[in-house]
Amino acid sequence: MSIFQLLNGLTFAALLFVVASGFTLIFGLLRIVNLAHGALYLFGGYIGYAIALKTGSFVLGGIGAMAAIAAIGFVLDQGLLHFVRGHELRQVLLTLGFAFVLNDLALVIWGGDSFTVPIPQMLRGGLRVFGVFYPTYRLFVLVTGIVVFAALWLLLNHTRLGALIRAGVDDAEMVEASGVNIRRVFLVTFLLGSALAGLGGLMGGAFLSLYPSADAEILVFSLAVVIIGGRGSLVGVGVGSLLVGLLNTLGQVMFPELAYFVIFGPMAVLLAFRPLGLFGRAA
Amino acid sequence: MTMPRTPKPSRLAGMNGRAALIAATIGVAAAALPLVLSNYQVGLATEVLIFGILAMSIDILAGFAGRTSLGHGAIFGVSTYVVVYATAHAGVPPAAAFAAGVLAATLVAAIFGLLAVRTSGVYFLLLTLALGMIVWGICLRWTQVTGGENGMRGDVRPALLLTNTAFYWAVLAGAAVVTFAMWRFVRSPFGLTLRGIRDSESRMRSLGYNVPLHLFIGFTVSAFFAGVAGAMYAMFNNFVSPSTVALAQSVEGVLMMIAGGVGTLFGAFVGAAAIIALENVVSAYTERWQMVLGITFILIMIFAPEGIIGKLRAILTRKVR
Repeated sequence: MSIFQLLNGLTFAALLFVVASGFTLIFGLLRIVNLAHGALYLFGGYIGYAIALKTGSFVLGGIGAMAAIAAIGFVLDQGLLHFVRGHELRQVLLTLGFAFVLNDLALVIWGGDSFTVPIPQMLRGGLRVFGVFYPTYRLFVLVTGIVVFAALWLLLNHTRLGALIRAGVDDAEMVEASGVNIRRVFLVTFLLGSALAGLGGLMGGAFLSLYPSADAEILVFSLAVVIIGGRGSLVGVGVGSLLVGLLNTLGQVMFPELAYFVIFGPMAVLLAFRPLGLFGRAA
Repeated sequence: MTMPRTPKPSRLAGMNGRAALIAATIGVAAAALPLVLSNYQVGLATEVLIFGILAMSIDILAGFAGRTSLGHGAIFGVSTYVVVYATAHAGVPPAAAFAAGVLAATLVAAIFGLLAVRTSGVYFLLLTLALGMIVWGICLRWTQVTGGENGMRGDVRPALLLTNTAFYWAVLAGAAVVTFAMWRFVRSPFGLTLRGIRDSESRMRSLGYNVPLHLFIGFTVSAFFAGVAGAMYAMFNNFVSPSTVALAQSVEGVLMMIAGGVGTLFGAFVGAAAIIALENVVSAYTERWQMVLGITFILIMIFAPEGIIGKLRAILTRKVR
């Protein structure tokens, strides 16, 4: 694999990390497998695209996408999931129904064409890194991924909210019994996770472009990341993203038509030995 | 439900007299349907039967082993792809293509099963979903073989069954055999073991049952039936495209199964009929079937997770009291 392909893999992994970290936060704490996460990603991309086009500002697009997707997440969590609390399977299937609605809604609003979020002037062109000329924007995605990782790590390990989230992942009932309003922690986590999907949508929309089945594609990658990394573990998502991102690039280089298969192999081997993923712990 | 059950001495393969009578009546009524339905409606009825089989195959796992699969649409679709490819591009006769399709689906599912039996609950759902998506991704990208986004067309249906009515009867006969087989399967000692695993995996393990092996066999058998449905669908449609293996296919199957009632087996046909009828009514007014499907899913999850039949039964018993 050349340096160029390695960087492709790393930047894709960074995008996957942003999307999948939101997924695993919600999965780890609320025990909700949000299958609408891919649809939230796509919706975030479209909204970010619309705002970025109108205002001409990529940053505003990002903020708008995160806010809008957090709002949609709020509706999903408080308006719908509220009715099926505690029923794992019903929750999953409900989010799946919600994904279908969102996806179709996106088709109504933006149609079936593919869009690419405009890259700001500053990030256009390329840079010379490790002896190859590489698109600046993709390097920016890589940096953003690292920044998000650092921010989440700080949030989880060095703030009160983070401590509550970590405690909630281990034993939500105990946290509640010690007088914490765990419902509010749940809600904040859900909104944060959704916002990360929205951010991912905007970032991915600028180099993978946005089209009607993009939600399913990013969802299957996120699932692979979480299955490999394990539920609710930030480090797990990081390692999972790197593995899936690099393997996917390797697959695309070596067997372009069967790239999906290349992420499936390691997932299979891993599951045979660690059914809960690399960093997963039994609930 | 407290109905006095009098076991009849005349038993036909474990089926008591009354049940046999009901089954025969339904069978005759279903066989007579083409006499009163239009050609188009006969097509719909055929579709109900095919998807009923798919939903039943999902119910074998969901209702009797406690594992809801979101990958059965893909297994179904593998069979459809193989049947269309074999007849249209490899010149295989329909009957052999049908067998090849079912075999391929079963083999793919055996590989899936090896992985899936290690998981339960939500993880099972996630894993089957991811595996199904991989099938979809391959069908979409492997353009030389699958025709990519455009799919493949082929005259799959044997000459004998060219009319809608003849094909309907053939599918009905097939569905009857398959339904009986599944019913026997879930009532067999093996099926009871699966139920035991659903209720308490650790207890079954400590009783000395090989839990993963039972789940693996259960998964493969269930997939075999999904493959049969997929092969029938190939002959019904004479066309296959990635949407046949897409997540929506698995989701529709699961929705039909849930609408009919998890663990009721035959409810699958009721669920299939309800969803297909809804699809047709909705399609007459709007192109937004996906959205309606999603909303239906959300509503059923919130208000009637026990299925339409279960809900009606609950309402009726409440009234009686």
